[in-house]
Amino acid sequence: MSATTTSATRSVALGKGAFASLGYRKVRDRLVELVLLACGLVAVFTTLAIVVILFYESASFFEHVSLREFATDTMWTPLFADARYGILPLVSGTLTVTFVALLVAIPLGTIIAIYLSEFAGHRTRESVKPVLELLGAVPTVVYGYFALLMVTPFLQKLIPGLPGFNMLSAGLVIGLMIVPYVASVSEDAMRAVPRYMREGSYAMGATKLQTALRVVVPGAFSGIAAAYILGISRAIGETMVVAIAAGMQPTLTFDPTEPAATITAYIVQVSLGDLPHDSIGYQSIFAAGLVLMLMTLVFNVIGFFLTRKFREAY
Amino acid sequence: MAAVMTLEELRAGLAWRKNLDKVFVVLGLVILLTCLGLLALLFLDLVRDGGPRFGWDFLTNFPSRKAERAGILSAWVGTSMIMFVTMLVALPVGVAAAIYLEEYAPKNWFTGIIEINVTNLAGVPSIVYGLLALGLFVYTFGLGQSVLSAGLTLALLILPIVIVATREALRAVPKAIREAAYGLGATRWEVTKDHVLPYSTGGILTGLILGLSRAIGETAPIITIGALSFIAFLPPSPVGPEFPFLNFEWLRSEFTAMPIQIFNWVSRPDQAFQANAAAAAAILLAMTLSMNAIAIWIRYRFRKKINW
Repeated sequence: MSATTTSATRSVALGKGAFASLGYRKVRDRLVELVLLACGLVAVFTTLAIVVILFYESASFFEHVSLREFATDTMWTPLFADARYGILPLVSGTLTVTFVALLVAIPLGTIIAIYLSEFAGHRTRESVKPVLELLGAVPTVVYGYFALLMVTPFLQKLIPGLPGFNMLSAGLVIGLMIVPYVASVSEDAMRAVPRYMREGSYAMGATKLQTALRVVVPGAFSGIAAAYILGISRAIGETMVVAIAAGMQPTLTFDPTEPAATITAYIVQVSLGDLPHDSIGYQSIFAAGLVLMLMTLVFNVIGFFLTRKFREAY
Repeated sequence: MAAVMTLEELRAGLAWRKNLDKVFVVLGLVILLTCLGLLALLFLDLVRDGGPRFGWDFLTNFPSRKAERAGILSAWVGTSMIMFVTMLVALPVGVAAAIYLEEYAPKNWFTGIIEINVTNLAGVPSIVYGLLALGLFVYTFGLGQSVLSAGLTLALLILPIVIVATREALRAVPKAIREAAYGLGATRWEVTKDHVLPYSTGGILTGLILGLSRAIGETAPIITIGALSFIAFLPPSPVGPEFPFLNFEWLRSEFTAMPIQIFNWVSRPDQAFQANAAAAAAILLAMTLSMNAIAIWIRYRFRKKINW
């Protein structure tokens, strides 16, 4: 009798939830944790699935095509009757576009980062950064329109005889697109350089620019290198701008004023058609995707070692 | 080299170095303004080229072989449906994964693997997600070239964005709040659900909107899974007149989307179609930019409102 009264009083005082037994609540906690863990594992499964799918479909591709032909042939024409399977033209296109993009993004991004981190006032920085990030938020298909219908006609006035599809215009626009990524990550790295390093430099009579170039940039170099690697990965994987503005003809060339296809553009081109599942053309896009992943991986590994080599501990 | 500088030399050198400072400031400003100016120019050009095409008809017409009769009805309906699926998947999974990593996960190699995966996935080119979806969703799971496949693909694509944003939001909640709740006998889930999550709503919402604004413009992955560029019908309506009033046929329907439609029009040599592309691109760009603006505004408001 008295026990009932006590528990009734307790349930009034603590509310209904607390009245549930501790055992029940602990079991519920455990179940929730498992559900949360399962969601966390989605990321791991996604990575595994990417690797498995790329390798599995590529394996069928390499049953028909020798690795040697794939790596050394200079023609890529899997959809022609006389099919040739040399990945080099696609790789050359990808590298050329990436190179042009970096020529734009690295200087511009670095200068903007130095300006924002070392010269701009707090209010300018806080208002400019979100606006700059909008540049990175523009859909890539819109950048493609920009490259094909605005930048190319403009370039054609400067370079007579420039074809309507060319890698130069695509590369320039991709460069503009990745400026915010490079600028934002480099700026974070520069701001992490401690204040006293700058003050030491000022005390020696250095100006702001000298301090920025000789103290802050070297001190932040590992972070800046990471920013460049991020930019390279973006440029290599960029698809729509090249698919729209660079043409879709695989050509082994490093001349940016020529039209050429990149790895990504080829995947888009095949996907637009209606290739039967299990055809060699269908499998070839997975082999191309595998090469794309490997290229990104190589640059990231280089970046990892660069970052480690130049890391400064404060 | 002269070991001793005269005062004049020193002054001249300093003046020169200080001028370099000013030159750099001007250079920085010019580059910054050029980049922003190009963004404005792009938008103005889209509005100018596509201007004549704006109108009610453009929103309510299907694509057509005649440029002046073509519209984006099937495109924006498709995009809305895909975004709905993406949100329904990415929000719970992303938030749950972030809660696990931030509130539950022990510090060990296993947690390390999950974290490395999240970071790496953020750097995987979007077209690779398309290949993954083509192999996994379309063929292995047999979902076909459907709205559901597209929504799931984009959900995987923005998952890292949602996870990273949610983790940041959770981390910003002070330890004291958690400890106060533990002190009153709350279990870990009760602490998370009743205290930590409500305080991080702003950050989570910001991350979700930024993720969706990325997904809405993604073209490559949904081309890869086989979006069609000419669709003159709408997927079946999700709401029906008869019991149970909801049907899920639309999930299995073939689809097109805004960026696909733009890509299709811009690739045609006919100028009339390129005007359509400009109009659709202006609408898509306005959608993306306003989503970003909303996200920035939410972040700003929540920062102002919460004082620990």
